[in-house]
Amino acid sequence: MAKPKLGVFKFASCDGCQLSLLDCEDELLTVAGAVQIAFFPEASREYGEGPYDLTLVEGSITTPHDLEAIKEIRAQSKFLVTIGACATAGGIQALRNWQDVSEYTRYVYAHPEYISTLDTSTPVSDHVTVDFELRGCPINKWQLVELINALLHNRKPVIPTYSVCVECKRRGTPCVMVAQGIPCLGPVTQAGCNGLCPAYNRGCFGCYGPMESPNVAALGEWWRSRGVDDRTLVNALRGFNAYAQPFREASDVYAQQA
Amino acid sequence: MSTPSKPETRAISVDYLARVEGEGNLKVRVRDGEIEITEFGIFEPPRFYEAFLRGRAFSDAPDITARICGICPIAYQMSSVHAMESIFGVKMEGALRELRRLIYCGEWIESHVLHAFLLHLPDFLGYQSAIHMAADHREAVEKALRLKKIGNDIVNLVGGREIHPINVKVGGFYKVPSKRQLEEMVPNLEWALDAAAWAVELTAGLPFPEVEADYEYVSVCHPDEYPFNEGRLVSNKGIDVPACDWNKVFEEVHVARSNALQSKVRERGSYHVGPLARYSLNFEKLSPRVQKLAAAAGLGKTCFNPFKSIVVRCLETVHAVEEALRLIDVYREPARPDVPFTVKAGEGHGATEAPRGMLYHRYRLDDEGYILDAQIAPPTAQSQMSIEDDLRRVLEKYIKLPDDELQWRLEHAVRNYDPCISCATHFLKVEIDRG
Repeated sequence: MAKPKLGVFKFASCDGCQLSLLDCEDELLTVAGAVQIAFFPEASREYGEGPYDLTLVEGSITTPHDLEAIKEIRAQSKFLVTIGACATAGGIQALRNWQDVSEYTRYVYAHPEYISTLDTSTPVSDHVTVDFELRGCPINKWQLVELINALLHNRKPVIPTYSVCVECKRRGTPCVMVAQGIPCLGPVTQAGCNGLCPAYNRGCFGCYGPMESPNVAALGEWWRSRGVDDRTLVNALRGFNAYAQPFREASDVYAQQA
Repeated sequence: MSTPSKPETRAISVDYLARVEGEGNLKVRVRDGEIEITEFGIFEPPRFYEAFLRGRAFSDAPDITARICGICPIAYQMSSVHAMESIFGVKMEGALRELRRLIYCGEWIESHVLHAFLLHLPDFLGYQSAIHMAADHREAVEKALRLKKIGNDIVNLVGGREIHPINVKVGGFYKVPSKRQLEEMVPNLEWALDAAAWAVELTAGLPFPEVEADYEYVSVCHPDEYPFNEGRLVSNKGIDVPACDWNKVFEEVHVARSNALQSKVRERGSYHVGPLARYSLNFEKLSPRVQKLAAAAGLGKTCFNPFKSIVVRCLETVHAVEEALRLIDVYREPARPDVPFTVKAGEGHGATEAPRGMLYHRYRLDDEGYILDAQIAPPTAQSQMSIEDDLRRVLEKYIKLPDDELQWRLEHAVRNYDPCISCATHFLKVEIDRG
C-alpha cells in the first residue's frame, strides 16, 4: 500500500506548530518512514504535488491571497487538519479584528501603500471545511503524533476537550485560584498542555482556547470578586485565542463595562 | 543582413524558499551579463505586533512577543523582559541571571543544531531535506537530533516547554528549578560536549564556496562574556554604543512590496548580525576548548565567508553546552524566583543575542505599566540588506551555472543566515529571470 501523502502549509503564524513536528526528535524519522512527506517547505526543498491524504495547516487567514490559497489547498486535501491557535482561532494577530487596520498599518509601516492585508485575521474554518482542529499555542507535539497515528490506523484521534482543571487534578497541582488566589483561565480553557502554568505557580492564560461549553461569565465574576479590573479581564480573554467565540463574546461584554 | 541574436532569456521561479522559517521572495533579472536584483522582500503577511502591543500590560510582553517566532521564543522573551526591567530599575544578578543564561544556552543549542543539520547541511551535501539525507546518513542525523533534543530539554526544564515557554517573566521566573533537577541533565550535556565537537569537525570538512565579504558585523558585546543578554552594541567598523542608542545608530527602512522593515547603519548601509558577527567580534571570550576547535577547523579569529556560518553555529553549540555545564555547576537555588520592583512610566530598551543575531526591543510605558509604544527589530530584518548583498555576490560568481543549480546556490546563500522570516514579520519566494 502506498504511504499516505503529507502536506504542510502555512499562513500568518510563527512556524512554531509545524516546528513541533521537527521537535519530535525521537519520532521524526519513524514518522517520516510511515508517511510520504510530499510538501513541507520548512523542512524540505521538495515540492510534491497534491492531492494530499493528510494536510496540516498552520496560521490564520489575513490576506486576499490567503483566501484563494486556502480554497486550493482544501481542494487538494483528503483530510485537512488545522494546527494551532492561529489556524483554529485567528491567533494573537486577531487582535486587529477589534481595531482599525489602516491605523495599524500606518503605525508599523512607513509605506502603508505597500501592504496588502485584510481587515481581519480569521480561522481557516471560517473559509473552508476543516476535518479536525488541533488546538494550542503551540500545539502539543504528542497530540500531533497521536493525530498522525490515528489517521494511519483509520481511527478517530483521542484529543480531550475537557478543561485544564482536569489536568491539574491529575497532575496533583493544588488549584492556584483556590490556594493562592491567582487568576487563572484554566476552568474555561481546553486541556492539552498538561496543566502547565499552574504547575509553575502561574495562572493559565488560555493557549488551548475555550473548552467544550465553558462558563466564561462565572469565571469572570470570580476574577472580579478577587479584585481583577475589567481591563485586565478583557486583555486576558483577548490572548492567542481572542477570536474564539466564547472568549470573544465574553471579552466584548467586559470591554463595554470597563 | 544578419539578425542580431536575441539575448537568451531564462526564468527560474520558486514559490517558496524552503527550509527557512516562514517564506520570502527573491526576483533577479539578468540582461547581457548585468545582474539586477529587482526584488528581495519578505512576504510573511503582516501580523502588526508593535501595533497590538499598545494597551497591553508590560507583563504581557514576554508571552506575546514569544509568538513572533516559534523557533527562538526565548530571544523575544529575553529582549522584552530586559527592556521592561531597564524601566523599573531591576538588575538581574546571581542565580536568576544564571538561569536566564542557561535557558538561552538551551535555545542556542536546539536552534543551531536544527539549522545546521536539518536545514543547512542538506544544501552542502545535495539533499532536498534532512529526511532525504537520513536515508544515507542516518547515524549522523540521529546524533544531531539527540543533540538538538538536549537543548530542548534545557528549555523545557527551565521554561516549562520548548516552544513558547511559560516560565519567563519580568523580574525573573515564576518558579525556579532545583539544583538536583539541573544536575540530572549533566550526563547528557557531557555527551553533548563531545557531540558538538563532532559537529564542528564534520562541518569543517564540507566544501565551501570561496565567497568573502567586507561585512560590518554587529553584535552585543560584554566585557567578560561571550554575549547573551547584556552588553553594548559593537561593530568592527566603529559602532560602540549602549542598547538604548539603537535608533541613533540604525534606522529601519520600508522598501516597496515588502512586509518587513529592513535595518541599516544610518551612515553606511547594510550590516550583518548572527553567529559570524558574534564570533568575529568576541573570539577572545570563547573558552580555550572552543578556540582550539576553531583552529582545528581552519578558522581564524574572524570569519568573513558566509557559507562557513554552519561551522560557527557548531562552535557556538560547543560554547553553549560548555556554558550550560558551568552554570549548572555554580547554581544555587535562589530564595525567591523573582526580584520585587515597582511599576513606573518610562522608556526601556533590550538587545540580546537570538541564535540568528541581535534582537532589539523598545517599549514606552504609562505609569500603570501599560504599553504606549513598541518597536521590535528582529535579527533577520537587520541582516536583510546583507543577505541581498550576498545574493549579488553569489550571482556574479555562479551566473554560468545551469538554472536549477544556480537557484539552489542562491537559496543556500539565504539559508546561511538561518533567516527566521516569521520573526521579521514576516514570508520569502524566489524568481529569477535571466537572459
